[in-house]
Amino acid sequence: MVAEKPKIQINGLAVSYGTKPALKGLSLDIHDHEILGIIGPAQSGKTTLLKVINRTIDYISSAKVQGTVTFEGESVLETKDVHSLRRKIGMVSPLPVGLPLSIYDNVAFAPRAAGIRDRKKLDPLVERCLQQAALWDEVKDRLSSLGTKLSGGQQQRLTIARALSHEPEVLCLDEFSIAIDPVTTMRIEDVLKELKEHMTIVLVTNLVQQARRLADRTAFIWNGDLIELDDTDVIFSDAAKDQRTKDYVNGVFG
Amino acid sequence: MITRKQWTTISEFLIETTIRICGISAIIFVFGIFFFVFREGAGFLFSKWEPLKFFFSTEWYPTSVSNKRYGILAIIAGTASVTVIAMTIAVPFGLGAAIFISEFCTGKLKEFLKILIEFLAAIPSVVWGFIGLMVMNPLIIDLFRVPIGLTALNGGIILSLMAIPIIVSISEDALKAVPDSYREAAIALGITKWQMVYRVLMPAAKNGLLAAVLLGVGRAVGETMAVLLATGHAVQIPGSPLDSVRTLTATIAAELGEAPVGSDHYQVLFVIGIFLFTITFVINLTAYLIVKGIRVQHGES
Repeated sequence: MVAEKPKIQINGLAVSYGTKPALKGLSLDIHDHEILGIIGPAQSGKTTLLKVINRTIDYISSAKVQGTVTFEGESVLETKDVHSLRRKIGMVSPLPVGLPLSIYDNVAFAPRAAGIRDRKKLDPLVERCLQQAALWDEVKDRLSSLGTKLSGGQQQRLTIARALSHEPEVLCLDEFSIAIDPVTTMRIEDVLKELKEHMTIVLVTNLVQQARRLADRTAFIWNGDLIELDDTDVIFSDAAKDQRTKDYVNGVFG
Repeated sequence: MITRKQWTTISEFLIETTIRICGISAIIFVFGIFFFVFREGAGFLFSKWEPLKFFFSTEWYPTSVSNKRYGILAIIAGTASVTVIAMTIAVPFGLGAAIFISEFCTGKLKEFLKILIEFLAAIPSVVWGFIGLMVMNPLIIDLFRVPIGLTALNGGIILSLMAIPIIVSISEDALKAVPDSYREAAIALGITKWQMVYRVLMPAAKNGLLAAVLLGVGRAVGETMAVLLATGHAVQIPGSPLDSVRTLTATIAAELGEAPVGSDHYQVLFVIGIFLFTITFVINLTAYLIVKGIRVQHGES
């Protein structure tokens, strides 16, 4: 990997829900324009990590966060302007959530909230986002129908289009393929490869092979600890340093 | 000698029958009330009732010796004016309180507010009327420099305080029914909390909110004792909120005891009862259909 200033720097991050620890002092860097795959069994703290990065952890009242997270040198946990932070760090959740609005309004939601009202600006923006999410051709004739009426795979691409609408610098995807079929999954994976040109992608996934296909580097998280982080080729080969990593990627457990 | 098994069968049958009767009784009561109110008013309704004069005349002289006139336009205007004033106050405050309780406050304060609002709903209406008479009346006289404070404004404010608990609790239920995933998705897009409320929650919960407002209106139209004490009880079309008015409900409450049973006056009061019954029935039915609309919509998605 080329040595450069990391996009996001996480240092000694510990999160607990009540008395239950979710992350136990984890440190890692996320580079600009990479796809960072994060793998690990369920309950290992992957989603919590994403929630800290874009501060949606604020809405879990029992969560206690310690450590430092910086985004381009600015402290994520102490920033005053949390809304613009969330616009810079987009999030796609495991189950697609079409807001109860039309397809167009779903995508135009964040830009409108940011004050863009002019249809002349919104129309091309909505089209570009839907095209980037590989959904445009399927919905271009029914932009005014309800977003919640789309199929699961289409809704997931709609949420990706929506996350792209505020032009994030980092796109976090949390097990995006959990509710969709393999064909759609492959389509979205192609989309992500193209998006990498424009932004940094953090891909949390249960599918070990998905990380292998997409990620430049892969982090293996287990029980709230970072076990190993290296180039994807290394993680998925005998060169992996930790026996647990080898066992997990080879399907011995998890 | 009854065996244990036979006894179980018999008791099971008795319990089931009792519960069944309890369930059906609600239907019987509603139809029973409608039937008796209708029967008392029917004699007048079908012989001497002139709908045009009844609804469009302001002349309400039921006890005149020479020329009895039964026009309720001014009384309808009284009910309408206090209802409009009440809703103008209760809708923004009620919805605002519901949004605050549901989205902006947590923990102890939330519990405390919910209990307090339920307490507000439990205050007897005659106590509200007393507050209108003894607290609001001098306040309005001082504030607006009018000779009498028992006005449409007074009744409207009292009614709004009575409608707010209903609006708050139903609106809060409607907001609570919006899935958390909508909130998370909206927040993750980098919008503020207030933007989330009016761009996502209010559209998603709009049917429930509308039903809450309608039930509040139903409460305001049907309330009797508080408005009887607070509005001044004068038959006139109000020119301003500072005029005294009389409502449909208060008219029945005040005059029914004085009207000889079976007389025209007595029967007209029951016709007013039928009219009120119809209004509240339509309002409640509309609210019900709207709430049912929510369920159908959610079932589809």
